[in-house]
Amino acid sequence: MSPNTGEPNVPAMFTPLTTVAPGVLEKLHVALENAAGREGILDVTYRTIDTPVGTLLLAATEKGVIRVAYDSEDHAVVLEGLAATLSPRILHAPGRLDAVAREIDEYFARRRTRFDVPLDLSLTTGFRRSVLEHLPQIAYGHTQSYADVARTVGNPKAARAVGSACATNPLPVVIPCHRVVRGDGTLGGYVGGPAAKSALLDLETAAA
Amino acid sequence: MKQPFEKVVTEHGATVLRVCRAVVGPTDADDAWSETFLAAMRAYPELPADANLEAWLVTIAYRKAIDLLRARRRRATPVDEVPEKASSEIGGTYDSDVWMYVKDLPDKQRQVIAYHYLAGLPYADIAGILGGTSEAARRAASDGIAALRRHLADAQSKGNNR
Repeated sequence: MSPNTGEPNVPAMFTPLTTVAPGVLEKLHVALENAAGREGILDVTYRTIDTPVGTLLLAATEKGVIRVAYDSEDHAVVLEGLAATLSPRILHAPGRLDAVAREIDEYFARRRTRFDVPLDLSLTTGFRRSVLEHLPQIAYGHTQSYADVARTVGNPKAARAVGSACATNPLPVVIPCHRVVRGDGTLGGYVGGPAAKSALLDLETAAA
Repeated sequence: MKQPFEKVVTEHGATVLRVCRAVVGPTDADDAWSETFLAAMRAYPELPADANLEAWLVTIAYRKAIDLLRARRRRATPVDEVPEKASSEIGGTYDSDVWMYVKDLPDKQRQVIAYHYLAGLPYADIAGILGGTSEAARRAASDGIAALRRHLADAQSKGNNR
């Protein structure tokens, strides 16, 4: 008597129905991305990109790029977070993130000093958001201290809050929180780790 | 917590394709697959977090594939039936014909075979979807398999006599 559960012993006559040729599901996936996009139910798309500071996860909504994540943040966990806070209608759709991937490639090749793709800042609000909106104004190859940034955004006593705004930047690299350092010239923390922060600053200094 | 839909597609994409093939055959299965995942993606945010994803998906897949099959049959004129037979004789291997017999099985046998042998669902889950007992599902499956073996054997002997 065979058990009630577990994988059935599939008769050979079903082989033509059960065999999925290589590439078939990939093709169907692309068609699904397009159809879901047309229907307006593709809420979040993502891809990864290899860079000198590791593999970055890039995620976007219809409005723009909403998240860049380092390996150390665990991409699966980041995607689960986006599913919980934004929408679980998330698909891996590399083609839809070509523009930002190209700009990041150019940035690491020292052929780009600012990002032009539309951004979606809706993962951040209030003071943190105003800090992030200011950061692109710190010129490529330059740095500002946490206290400087606090003064610029009109809240001189908020250096510590600037630090946490940088630490929770949902768009590292693209929004240059790596250009914010301590008043004594030491690096300070970074979401991608200190090595990534100094790598980005070195890259910009060498190019500038 | 709900997984990103991408995970649903990668984990169950092949299973859904197999269920669709059982009903509409290898060619139209791609359309049924797309319809299935579009419908599932639309409904996904409202799906209870503890739902049995695979059972949910194969149920949608079966329904979408049946819809497609019915639409095709409505459009098909009697003349259209002829090339279908002819092509099966030309391409006529024992293997490639199996779905043509699967699709003509009684509804319950076909559904149980699609869920158990092609989607890999245990009979207990199938009983949960269809109602009735696991034993009844198992019986429908074995009746279906017996019928398929008969059809395939007939087809083969006819082919050999030609």
